[in-house]
Amino acid sequence: MLELGKYADAILSSWGATLALLIALILVTWRRSVQVKKALHTAEKRASGNG
Amino acid sequence: MSLWEFANPVRFMALSGKVLPWVIGLTALTLIPGLIWGFFFTPEAVNFGNSVKIIYVHVPSAMMAINIWVMMLVTSLIWIVRRHHVSVRAAKAAALIGVTMTVIALITGAIWGEPMWGTYWAWDPRLTSFLILFLFYLGYMALWAAIENPDTAADLTSVLCIVGSVFALLSRYAVNFWNQGLHQGASLSMDKEEHVADVYYLPLLLCLAGFVLLFIALVLIRTRTELRLVRLHRLEIRERMKDA
Repeated sequence: MLELGKYADAILSSWGATLALLIALILVTWRRSVQVKKALHTAEKRASGNG
Repeated sequence: MSLWEFANPVRFMALSGKVLPWVIGLTALTLIPGLIWGFFFTPEAVNFGNSVKIIYVHVPSAMMAINIWVMMLVTSLIWIVRRHHVSVRAAKAAALIGVTMTVIALITGAIWGEPMWGTYWAWDPRLTSFLILFLFYLGYMALWAAIENPDTAADLTSVLCIVGSVFALLSRYAVNFWNQGLHQGASLSMDKEEHVADVYYLPLLLCLAGFVLLFIALVLIRTRTELRLVRLHRLEIRERMKDA
């Protein structure tokens, strides 16, 4: 087990906050990308169907 | 072949679609080993003890926060001068990544400041200019959200970006301008005498490369989403006009 000594709280909280924010940013970006791609696909299909 | 040809949304989508999987792969290959190296395999520092491990998340996020604003400045200037939609959409796409990096730098800096300086916050030139940069990021995103006409929003946010650049530069050079405050000088420098010891420097460089690549991957995905939204918006208008 890694020994972090008296700075363990500071190290773990700063790394935890960083990883949580980065993962949230990646998930938000990915989710929005999938949603918009799907909506555009549906709209294009509808538009081509209408002629 | 001119660089401006990539300002064409169709060309941009085609090229970015090809490049993106490579960028994502390179991000994983640099960021994950960099963070593991920094967290598990670096020794205690004489002055900072084990708290030196915070450097691997604090320094790259702070550097990215400033450099993302500079990227937004360049793309905003391209919009103002040449009216290329891809460039201003790239600036809009970068803002959320920039504000996240700024929040990470502020949080990790405050957490690191407490054991080192005895306080979470001080009105030090670098910290203060960084806080103002954070407010500019929020203002930039709020302005995009508040204005309905995309061209007007692009014009006004581009002007805001130029004004905010003063604080982005101040955040970077505040330590050099004012020889006061708690914050130390640059951890990364071209001058070998100035930067941190090699044992910390090499994993830090790897983390920095990982953060840069992560930014490129995310900004490409977000710009592609923005361009798809423009197309979606146009299709919806066309449909509404047909129905009317």
